[in-house]
This record gives sequence, structure tokens and C-alpha cells, in this order.
Amino acid sequence: MPNELAFLPCAVVTLAGAVAAMMLRNLVHCALCAAGAFAGLAALYLQLDAQFAGFAQLLVYVGAVAILIVFTIILTRGADLRPGAAATSPAPWVGLLAAGLVVACLIGCLVSSPSLNRLPAATADAPVKSIGEQLMNQYVMPLEAIGLLLTAALLGAVVIALREPPKSEPPTR
Amino acid sequence: MTTPLVHYLILAALLFGVGLAGALTRRNAVLVLLGVELMLNAANLNFIAFWRFGPHPENLTGVMVALFVIAIGAAEAAIGLALVIALYRHCRTAQLDRVASLKG
Repeated sequence: MPNELAFLPCAVVTLAGAVAAMMLRNLVHCALCAAGAFAGLAALYLQLDAQFAGFAQLLVYVGAVAILIVFTIILTRGADLRPGAAATSPAPWVGLLAAGLVVACLIGCLVSSPSLNRLPAATADAPVKSIGEQLMNQYVMPLEAIGLLLTAALLGAVVIALREPPKSEPPTR
Repeated sequence: MTTPLVHYLILAALLFGVGLAGALTRRNAVLVLLGVELMLNAANLNFIAFWRFGPHPENLTGVMVALFVIAIGAAEAAIGLALVIALYRHCRTAQLDRVASLKG
């Protein structure tokens, strides 16, 4: 089966994209690497037989969120870094230490638990038909709530990003 | 398909750690948001892996939760990036360490 071969490349692409997105200096490069990481995750979802979630990930993250991030970088002129400016906060090792501790705890728990070493059920698929049926029956209230949330979020985003009234002149630097 | 469940979970933990490190260490607000998105996606990978490896994959619970998380992540990205743009309009910078005062 191709699934056996597909995990490692997808995992490497995802992790490398994520690390590059968090480490590179140029923000446009960061956004492109993040799009690569999102695409790798979509491939992992496809490999896990969750086709609908994989294509939704591809559409939403690689399509919409990456474009949104690039637009924001352009609008805030984040791409033209001054050469001497630091890209990280004044004490980055504190954050790195916290993240390292979290990862160490998580991986320690995962490796020490024998029940997580199992193999999957023989077949599993999530056909779009049954996803639609469940969305309309069992999950109809969450679906409506998500619709309301998305509407409110998009309206709120427009209101927040509206131009401020000109009388409050922004302070220069 | 012979990849055990724990490989997916370790990958998700590493992805979460990368996102957390980025969100905690980068100065630019856009990259902090990107780190939060990476953490959301790591959680999503866990949901789908547990669905696939669970005893009842016909219930579709993990896929449903993952779809809702994707929708919430999109809403969060829209709000967050609008906040970054408002911040840039107000303070002329998107570097978080220069936005340390509460008034003004």
C-alpha cells in the first residue's frame, strides 16, 4: 500500500515547513513555508483516509489563511526588515525552554504509554455523504453555531480593520 | 498501513512545540499568529489520528471535530490579522515588543 511509504515524507515536509516558518527572517518566506506545512498536514489527513478534512484543510489553510497572512505582511510592511533588527524577542531562550519542556513532557507520556502503539482498524473512510448526513442530524446545532461565529468574526474583522477617524492622529513611532 | 498511532501523535507534539516556540519567541505579530495556527493544526492532526485508529471509525466524530476546528481556525486568523492591521495603523509597527503601553 502506498500509505506505508507516505508517512515519512509528509511528516518531514510538515515539520520542516513549520520550523522554517518559525525561524526564517523574511516574513514572506515564513508565510510560504507555513503554506508548505499546511499542505503537508493536508497530505497526512488524506493518508489517514479523511479525504474531506484533507481537502478542507487544503482550501482553508493553503488557500485562504496563507493568502490572508501574505496580505497582512504586505499591508504592515513586515517584509522590508532592517538588516540589523532582531527577529526574536529579547529573551528567546525562555520561550524555547518552555516549548522544549512541553514537548519533552508530551513525548515522554506518548512513548511510555503502550496502548498508543496500536495499528489502525482495517478500513475506515469518511464519505462526504455520511459527513453531510451527520452535519444535518447530529451536529446541526454546532454547525449553526459555527455559521454564526464565522459571520460575526468576518464582520468583526472588517470593523476592527476599518480606518480610524482622522482626528486621532497616530503617534509617529 | 503500518504506521502506528504513536508516530502521528509524536509528529503532532513536535508541531505543537514548534508553534509554541514560535509564538513565544518571535517579535512580529503575524508570526505569533502563525504559531497559534500551527498549534491548532497539531491538535487537529491528533483528532484525525485518534479517529482513524479508534475502535469506531464509522462514527466520524474526529473528522467532525477537525472540520469545526478548521472553521474556528479560519475565523481566528481573520480576527487576528485584522487586529494586526489595526495595530499597525495605530502604532505604525507590528513588532510586539514596541507595543508595551496600554494607553495610547
